[in-house]
Amino acid sequence: RPNIDQELLESLPNLKVIGNFGVGVDHLDLKMISNFGVKVTNTPHAVADPTADIGIALMLASARRLVEGCQIAVSPDTKYFAVDWLGVEVTRATLGIIGMGSIGYKVAQRARAFDMRILYHNRNRRRKEEEEAVGAHYCEKMEDLLQQSDFVMLVVNLTPETHRLIGKKELGLMKPTATLINISRGAVIDQDALVEALQNKVIRAAALDVTYPEPLPRDHPLLKLNNIIITPHIGTATVRASRMMAEEAIANMLAVLNGQPIPSEV
Amino acid sequence: MFRSKAFSLLKPISLMSGQPNLAYKFIHPAIASHGHRCHRGSVDYRQRYKTCPSSAGGRTISAPQTKVMAEEELPGVLVLDVGGTHGVLENLAALLKEHFRLITMKEFLENKKEMSKKIQSVFVLECRPNIDQELLESLPNLKVIGNFGVGVDHLDLKMISNFGVKVTNTPHAVADPTADIGIALMLASARRLVEGCQIAVSPDTKYFAVDWLGVEVTRATLGIIGMGSIGYKVAQRARAFDMRILYHNRNRRRKEEEEAVGAHYCEKMEDLLQQSDFVMLVVNLTPETHRLIGKKELGLMKPTATLINISRGAVIDQDALVEALQNKVIRAAALDVTYPEPLPRDHPLLKLNNIIITPHIGTATVRASRMMAEEAIANMLAVLNGQPIPSEVFPK
Repeated sequence: RPNIDQELLESLPNLKVIGNFGVGVDHLDLKMISNFGVKVTNTPHAVADPTADIGIALMLASARRLVEGCQIAVSPDTKYFAVDWLGVEVTRATLGIIGMGSIGYKVAQRARAFDMRILYHNRNRRRKEEEEAVGAHYCEKMEDLLQQSDFVMLVVNLTPETHRLIGKKELGLMKPTATLINISRGAVIDQDALVEALQNKVIRAAALDVTYPEPLPRDHPLLKLNNIIITPHIGTATVRASRMMAEEAIANMLAVLNGQPIPSEV
Repeated sequence: MFRSKAFSLLKPISLMSGQPNLAYKFIHPAIASHGHRCHRGSVDYRQRYKTCPSSAGGRTISAPQTKVMAEEELPGVLVLDVGGTHGVLENLAALLKEHFRLITMKEFLENKKEMSKKIQSVFVLECRPNIDQELLESLPNLKVIGNFGVGVDHLDLKMISNFGVKVTNTPHAVADPTADIGIALMLASARRLVEGCQIAVSPDTKYFAVDWLGVEVTRATLGIIGMGSIGYKVAQRARAFDMRILYHNRNRRRKEEEEAVGAHYCEKMEDLLQQSDFVMLVVNLTPETHRLIGKKELGLMKPTATLINISRGAVIDQDALVEALQNKVIRAAALDVTYPEPLPRDHPLLKLNNIIITPHIGTATVRASRMMAEEAIANMLAVLNGQPIPSEVFPK
């Protein structure tokens, strides 16, 4: 917001730049905007750490059934804590990162500290030193990553190539004990296929910070499942990140208006 | 015939890599009734058991017979129950049965006279069965209490020691999953994850507000109180979030250990409390750490700080915590432990919106429960076999 449509662009003769607050620009028609001679900038630096943090937070919360546990702890019906109530381990499990850009790499750095085995799939392979620094193994075929991972994390940007990247086939390739985490964009997953996979326990669970639309309609099947946690797109919802995104957007917009090198043009 | 029976019980069992080969196995029933312990003057029998099976003339016994006799002659281990919400998990009970005769509290109470002599160990899970004087007096052959988990604050170590009974715990199995839960709670609290989930599914949610913010974990300051195995693993994980790490401990860690995780020692706990954005309690519960965090300590913390407890509920003065949270003396708290567990349903902590509580799930994973059982079994067997005990706990 505001929505950048043809009408708005036509009504702003001196518009030079659209400074996006955040890194994702899938909501902007880049071609149309470019045709008006207007530049688009985003804020990749401000978003990387808090988004990586949310990815790890979702992975841990899902694996250890944290949200469910909190409900038990406060429920008026709770009389005792059952000993046969268990989650799954994160330390030394295998994490498959799909999309190894800045955010994906920071996820790998964090996951390494949990002694996780890290696999990644990316358009381009990272340099050897970068791989070794986080102990990440490249999977040229996404299928290999899906079959071996205990946790699959989506950290791609949304493009025509990544739209519905994860569908019925991909979910079927995952382990039945695996967890799918999405911190990219909702449309990277075929949501109907995800509903089916979760209902039939094709995978163990999912944890989504993003959906399409946001929020989901209140009667959406994803909201009724007990093996999913959904957060309201809070990947950059911190005091520091919001300030940094504003500062980064301002710097980018000023660079355009002042004819200086633009830090993050899209 | 006697010798064959003995050899049928000579299964070498190595539970975990590095564990000594447990070749000393029990035991003729006559010896068992005397509370046989391999190292107590039964050298003759032990020597005999050590010789290789072929010296028995290659005689073997049929497998079912072997199994029946083996079960009867295994040392007894007392557990509260098997299965259900408080009992030993079925798959873990199966592990126990490989080395012990499993006796439930119900079986014991129904047949005290016969069972009491068989019980050489007690497997304690979530503080049950309760080890009191009466129980100890009724188990003349009890040698060891094997605790499932690392905390032993529920056991009267002095009283147990007076009965000549050893206590063991499972420090290795608990460290990773507990450190993971500490980080999970810190992230969940900082980013308001539980609240966020409620918003995402609430029937009243029409849009996601942009003025809804949490606090950052990356590059924040984490103060770890208690830098044992678990605390150190917390530090290792926190380092990957570029956190500034302070720690307070009875003893200072070696310089290389500090440098490996970038941790700074705070000799005075007050310094740690004043500088930290997140304070994590990772101590064991002792008279010294009881109510370690009270009104004064909470007052020293930053008003933007979060308190995380993965140790024992009684390390915090809960009434002081309620007041601090109500008055926003600190930002929030995240507790995996309380006293009691669970809290009474009308407890003020349950009504606050700046707290998250989990039901003591620090070791509630499939792998951890299996590892704790294996570690407890190895410890109990070491005691019964007179071998070096991996994790014995001594009264102070």
